[in-house]
Amino acid sequence: MMLSNLGFFSLFLGLVSSFTVFFCSVFNIKKNSLKLENKIYKFLTFQFFFVVIGFFILLYSFFTSDFSNATVYNNSHSTKPLFYKITGLWGNHEGSLLLWLLVLTSFILFFFFNSKNEPKNFRLYTLIFHQIIIIGFFIFVLKTSNPFDTLFPIPTEGLGLNPILQDPALAIHPPVLYVGYVGTSIIFASALAAMVTGYVNSIWAKNLKKWVLISWTFLTGGILLGSIWAYYELGWGGFWFWDPVENISLMPWLSLTALLHCISTLEKRGILKSWSIILSIVTFMLSVTGTFLVRSGILNSVHTFANDPSRGIYILIFLFILIFMSFVIFLIFESKNLENKKQIFFLSKETSVLINNWFMIYFLSVVLIGTVYPIFLDVITSEKISIGPPFYNKLLIPFLVPFFLFMSVGPSMNWIKTNLKFEMSYIYYFLLTLIATGITVYYLSQKNLLTIILIFSLVFLIIKTLPNFLKNNTNHSQNLSHLGFAMLMLSILFNSVTSTEIIKNIKVGDSFISKNEKITFKKVIKEEERNYSSIIGIFEIKNNYDKIIKLNPEIRIYNQPVIATSEAAIKTTLFKDRFITINLIKDEQLFNVRYQNKPFMIWIWISTLIIIFGGTFAIFSKKKNYS
Amino acid sequence: MYGKKVRLRIVFIISILTIIILSVYIILKLLEDDVVYFKSPTEIKQSSENITKKIRVGGMVKKDSITLDNKKIFFIITDFKNEISVIFAGTVPNLFQEEKGVVAEGILQDNNLFIADKILAKHDENYMPPEVKESLEQK
Repeated sequence: MMLSNLGFFSLFLGLVSSFTVFFCSVFNIKKNSLKLENKIYKFLTFQFFFVVIGFFILLYSFFTSDFSNATVYNNSHSTKPLFYKITGLWGNHEGSLLLWLLVLTSFILFFFFNSKNEPKNFRLYTLIFHQIIIIGFFIFVLKTSNPFDTLFPIPTEGLGLNPILQDPALAIHPPVLYVGYVGTSIIFASALAAMVTGYVNSIWAKNLKKWVLISWTFLTGGILLGSIWAYYELGWGGFWFWDPVENISLMPWLSLTALLHCISTLEKRGILKSWSIILSIVTFMLSVTGTFLVRSGILNSVHTFANDPSRGIYILIFLFILIFMSFVIFLIFESKNLENKKQIFFLSKETSVLINNWFMIYFLSVVLIGTVYPIFLDVITSEKISIGPPFYNKLLIPFLVPFFLFMSVGPSMNWIKTNLKFEMSYIYYFLLTLIATGITVYYLSQKNLLTIILIFSLVFLIIKTLPNFLKNNTNHSQNLSHLGFAMLMLSILFNSVTSTEIIKNIKVGDSFISKNEKITFKKVIKEEERNYSSIIGIFEIKNNYDKIIKLNPEIRIYNQPVIATSEAAIKTTLFKDRFITINLIKDEQLFNVRYQNKPFMIWIWISTLIIIFGGTFAIFSKKKNYS
Repeated sequence: MYGKKVRLRIVFIISILTIIILSVYIILKLLEDDVVYFKSPTEIKQSSENITKKIRVGGMVKKDSITLDNKKIFFIITDFKNEISVIFAGTVPNLFQEEKGVVAEGILQDNNLFIADKILAKHDENYMPPEVKESLEQK
């Protein structure tokens, strides 16, 4: 009880420090002195410090299962494993917002101490714009979602955490994703500040690129963790469902990817200024919109912790203020950052970056329309609809072919102008691709023309990217990420065209045949754990070579709250995953068994990791340039 | 009348606008076929036209209505006013139980029979699809 009040008080002091920083910065700009006031450093550190205290108090309350705290009571239980007690902190609305604040305040501190070589006013304006965001979130936390609400009388036991969230991948998913999301706030504030101070130039782009890379890498990682979790926990055997909640993490990713390419052009050539600013603003807006859609209860999913309309309205107002502010600033100060009138030659890296951006914006618009249209339709006509994979497949897949082809040639273009000479190697690449595609298509026995074209363009992309690793003058982190992306698309394609599944309702002792494998339901074991009891099905899979694979899917019935989840049993090999889930229907006579063959599953994860390695590599190699 | 530059700019802006409007129109047109409408059993009973497209039906699973053989699952969705029989071959989510909310996606055979190809997953026991909640509240 005492502790919770202390936590609230600490957050309040944090808000006070934020205001102090904000006003100090404003006065410091007016004063026209060349020096930064020491006060700003001090209060910036205080602000971070107070949030850290609040965070640790909440962590301690979760750690000790202090049920006098409403957040702990609603989301924890004394029998929960310690690891999930701790990660339960961000498995709920209040705690996750505190994590937002923690990342926000630590990032601005990090930014401020790392930007000493940049112009004073630029730093101050960045600080001001970023403080507006921090203050907005502080008030949001304190007013609508206080993590330190207390309960009296003190309950003896908590309500528990949704069991499907009790999972290692999902435990670290929110922090990783948040670093990605919150990183975009620095990009946003810095873009507005650069606009106001007329600092949109190559140096700014070079410094900002580091932040774009950090956000992008973490966002990719967060999406990967979420997908892995969805794959083995939700029991459908898929990893991407075009669910609105997934889409809103993909949208900032797409605009960040566009920004990443665009900012390099600004860095090297000093062009595309306004466009870089617009992308920076849009990326952050998409992050906040995502928060709004998830927290307002408009979308329903695991991420929607509680439906409190006042929260949604608050974020909506906040969002409108931010959009209005950036719009006004953009219009007023656009003339201050005049574009260099440089002609772009059509065969150049600049052109390929522009093409990349056009594609990204197209993909982004499709996802945006697919996500938002049902919401609008519901509000306007109260007609309820949902938009599924066919929509996205139809609109996205045909455009992937030219996208892959442009992606294969883009990186080998030169800045300013590329002289195209006919080389024998082009013919070799083409023949090699043709042969590789032929073998792949034959091996997978594919007849669909679109699939064949997709395979061709992807194989071409890989074959064109690989030799770049041998060249000294190419960007290896870029090569790595491009290669990872090509492999990711190829694995997803193979996976989706060759997956098979079979669903049966069977009794213990029954068996069924899938392709050339015989699946036998041997027996059922029951086990009691501390916070759940489980029913485990023992299955044996026998193939033609008499190799026996054992798979033990499980149904867990958690005691607090009482929820059944099915734990898929997955046997992963280099070439395919065997995936089995069981479900109880009505009585325990018949089990609903789903057996899936998912080829190249592990390559989807590996190639995404390669993309992330590319990003990480770029972050560190950039740092070397600084020192 | 106007300089060459201005005219070029006007042509540019107009063509960009046309492209945007055209593409949004095409996207929304494509959307027509791929959207899935949500209906309650009562709405299905009351609708005069034949629904041939894929739809979602939501409500409660009626008590003692689940039966199954080794391929299919049969049950009844009710909104306490009207009900509809469902045939489904596939996996059911964990929380698929009698007297709990359910959303099924599939094709309507006639006013009384629904062939589902998907039962949507839910994530916790208290959660009810907003559509179901609303259609239950309307009664």
